[in-house]
Amino acid sequence: MYISKINISLRKTILDPQGKAIEHSLKSLGFEPIVDTRIGKYIELKIDAVSKQEAEKISEEACKKLLANPVMEDFTFEVTEIGGTE
Amino acid sequence: MAGVKAGVVVFPGSNCDHDIYYILKHIMNTDTEFLWHKEQGIGDRNLIILPGGFSFGDYLRCGAAAKFSPVMNEVIRFANNGGVVIGICNGFQVLCETGLLPGVLLRNENLKFVCKTVTLKVENNKSIFTGDYEIKEEINIPVAHGEGNYYCDSNTHMELVGNNQILFRYTDNPNGSLDDIAGIQNINRNVFGMMPHPERASDKILGNTDGYRFFKSVVESIQ
Repeated sequence: MYISKINISLRKTILDPQGKAIEHSLKSLGFEPIVDTRIGKYIELKIDAVSKQEAEKISEEACKKLLANPVMEDFTFEVTEIGGTE
Repeated sequence: MAGVKAGVVVFPGSNCDHDIYYILKHIMNTDTEFLWHKEQGIGDRNLIILPGGFSFGDYLRCGAAAKFSPVMNEVIRFANNGGVVIGICNGFQVLCETGLLPGVLLRNENLKFVCKTVTLKVENNKSIFTGDYEIKEEINIPVAHGEGNYYCDSNTHMELVGNNQILFRYTDNPNGSLDDIAGIQNINRNVFGMMPHPERASDKILGNTDGYRFFKSVVESIQ
């Protein structure tokens, strides 16, 4: 059994109004050193696969087909093995 | 208007389906039916409408889950064979997610849900969707969306402009849309999506009929 931890973020070229709004709030709270804020999504998949490679392949396909929209989003993921009985 | 057989797709969470159905059936007098999203086909329908609403709760991204509904396989095939498909509001988002229209609808730039009547300029009236309007005519149509901020990359934008695919622009951009884009058609000119709601401005009783000629254009072109 594997866990795939997926991060999806707006592409760098796209304005992130949510990130900007949060950044203003952080600045007003005194977090002056914060110079950029981007908001994304975190998705965790538990995958019943025979190998780490297969779990990675499934993660990649899931991201491309549904979880991320390549027009506006980038994705990264990290697959780790967990106990089979979980 | 006997030649038109309209199908209004109903996804879980669609909420403008009855408005569109009412306009097509009772104002335009066309043969109109609902198509539940689990239908495997679209039968004899020759005009498909994807209505506004929050299909599948807008979970993940607006329109993302709707593209995998069974009926969409047939809708995509129909569109690729030249069939007329219209997406309004959430329907526009679905068309972008399926790839039938280029680009994507992002969160409104000011992060607010915008619900008001806006002014649109008709940028191209040589289309089956806008033929009854005058070029550069300004019309008032309601919008109601939180994610209507149209975006595409610069190459796609150049294509949209070069091929006259932009049919409506906002005169006072309410959501941050690239190039004030309110509605676009595909390159083959048979698929169209817009964020504003012409179905909310097509019956005299509502006090605004600026959307009526949108439906009239479409219905006349299919006769």
